[in-house]
Amino acid sequence: MLRDSSALITRKKAWDGCVLLELRSPRIARRAKPGQFLMVRVSSQPYPLLRRPLSIHARDEDSIEIFFARAGLGTAILAEKKPRDELDILGPLGKGFVLPRVPKGKAFCLVGGGRGIAPLYFLARELRAKGGLPRVFYGGKTEADLPLLQKFAAQKMEVFVSTDDGSAGFPGLVTAMLEKELARSAPPALIFACGPDQMMKRAAEIAAERQIPAQLSLESIMGCGIGACWGCVRKVRRGGGAEWAKICEDGPVFASSEVVWDEENTPSPSSPPTRGGEDVESAQ
Amino acid sequence: MKIAAKASELKRSGHGDKGRVKKGPLPDLAVDLGFLKLRNPVLAASGTFGYGLEFKPFVDLDKLGGIIVKGLYFNPRPGNPPPRLTESPSGLINSIGLQGIGVRAFCEKVLPKLQGLQTPVIVNVCGETDEEYAAVIDFLNKDRRIAGFELNISCPNVKKEGRCPALSPEHTFSLVKLAKQSSRLPLIVKLSPNVTDIVSVARAAEEAGADAISLINTLLAMAVDIETRRPRLANTFGGLSGPAVKPIALRMVYQVASRVRIPVIGMGGIMTGRDALEFLIVGAKAVEVGTANFVDPGASVRIVKEIQDYCRDKNISRVEDIIGTLRIDGT
Repeated sequence: MLRDSSALITRKKAWDGCVLLELRSPRIARRAKPGQFLMVRVSSQPYPLLRRPLSIHARDEDSIEIFFARAGLGTAILAEKKPRDELDILGPLGKGFVLPRVPKGKAFCLVGGGRGIAPLYFLARELRAKGGLPRVFYGGKTEADLPLLQKFAAQKMEVFVSTDDGSAGFPGLVTAMLEKELARSAPPALIFACGPDQMMKRAAEIAAERQIPAQLSLESIMGCGIGACWGCVRKVRRGGGAEWAKICEDGPVFASSEVVWDEENTPSPSSPPTRGGEDVESAQ
Repeated sequence: MKIAAKASELKRSGHGDKGRVKKGPLPDLAVDLGFLKLRNPVLAASGTFGYGLEFKPFVDLDKLGGIIVKGLYFNPRPGNPPPRLTESPSGLINSIGLQGIGVRAFCEKVLPKLQGLQTPVIVNVCGETDEEYAAVIDFLNKDRRIAGFELNISCPNVKKEGRCPALSPEHTFSLVKLAKQSSRLPLIVKLSPNVTDIVSVARAAEEAGADAISLINTLLAMAVDIETRRPRLANTFGGLSGPAVKPIALRMVYQVASRVRIPVIGMGGIMTGRDALEFLIVGAKAVEVGTANFVDPGASVRIVKEIQDYCRDKNISRVEDIIGTLRIDGT
């Protein structure tokens, strides 16, 4: 992990609720792996105080991209940044997705809900570069929630689209679409998922029912992103018991079989499904 | 790190940065706590610096005055359920609940990796009971890699509604006395701001034999999500830290430093060298940098440099000459 206190913004693309920034940071770009994240300082002022965790959406030799939703004060400030502004970032942080040793010729399902799609683009490209066959399941509330569709299409990725309101693609949840597809094709080598908790819980169930290994990229508010504050924990199974593991350091990607889904971990039914609270800005 | 490289260049060349106003000679930043001499007055605060190792990629740990590692109970401790953090204006509310690895794993896994470090490592000591505090001290007492203890009698996140020994002068006295009897190493006692009379608690610690006092721990706080009408922290309450608490911390450090004879280590919302200097001026012999480490992992070393720059600008040859120099008209 490194600090780049002057990562130059070289490109910006904005949609209604989402923004994509390309940052020039060769040292971090070269080290980045799919599923890892950055801690981004959005302001030099004391409010908002904390850095924001944002997953690495794409990278090339010199640059990395971040894709995020305007979910609270921090991301709103970040969304106002312009090309030629500089950002103070830490990265690449955390353990990314674990790719099989030989991805060649194997199929993978990548399930992303809303802004949870962000790290899956990097993963899909990496899998394909290694000869794997990524199939992307991209779900949103409405058609407008799928801003990265063109980008996946430009890469000629196989993309399955769903919307909760049926305005585009499969009408319903992305996990229902996944189930439908799994029923009529050979099982993939792995399922990767990133999105709202309920989506990931369902993806984990679907994978378990079919005995397909799955990896989930979890999110949390984070204090430091480097394992020092112990603020971003999640309950995981370890050695016969369960313990609070740090999402920033032990994750953010966990094997779905490790993740414990209980009352304390799942958001209350009354909270919005995207968990875009004022202070819950997360690694997705 | 950029900052570290610059500081070492300065030392070699003995003159200021290019383009800056010509400054005086390098000041002596060392502070003497009596029981421990620090190369500079900046320590990393417990709970915000992990076990020190986490910050190795970002700072030269040997440029710090000291490292106070995350609080240790005797056994590993699970900590509180999430959410454990929430932000507030210029502040952070946490209820980690002192999740930690326990003394055995600390000695076996962490201390070997800190060996060779010139910076003193101070262990923040926790206990569910008074006896557990003593047991932690007993276990670590003989370890030469440890320079001292900071007795954490003030964490607001482990008992109901922030209860802790530091809320009572009587409990503070008896616990510090017990810890002092067990301890062969210097004992710093960390106090809570959640009291009406901080001086009486500080005096109780002093009378019981504390070698120094550190303050403030976090302020008991809470936040509510108005959509769900639930507390934002699973534990309902948490401890507030960050720039928001600095004025309160400064007031308490001033009150205590004026009324006890033992050294006082000040903390609470220190983000810059200027913040640290305020604490030194009101009488703190040293400072701890906490929440700033999360925002800027290089904060502690940057603050050392900023104190040094201030001294050079003002032609102050020893940082100790600043301590306790608050000027109040009419006194």
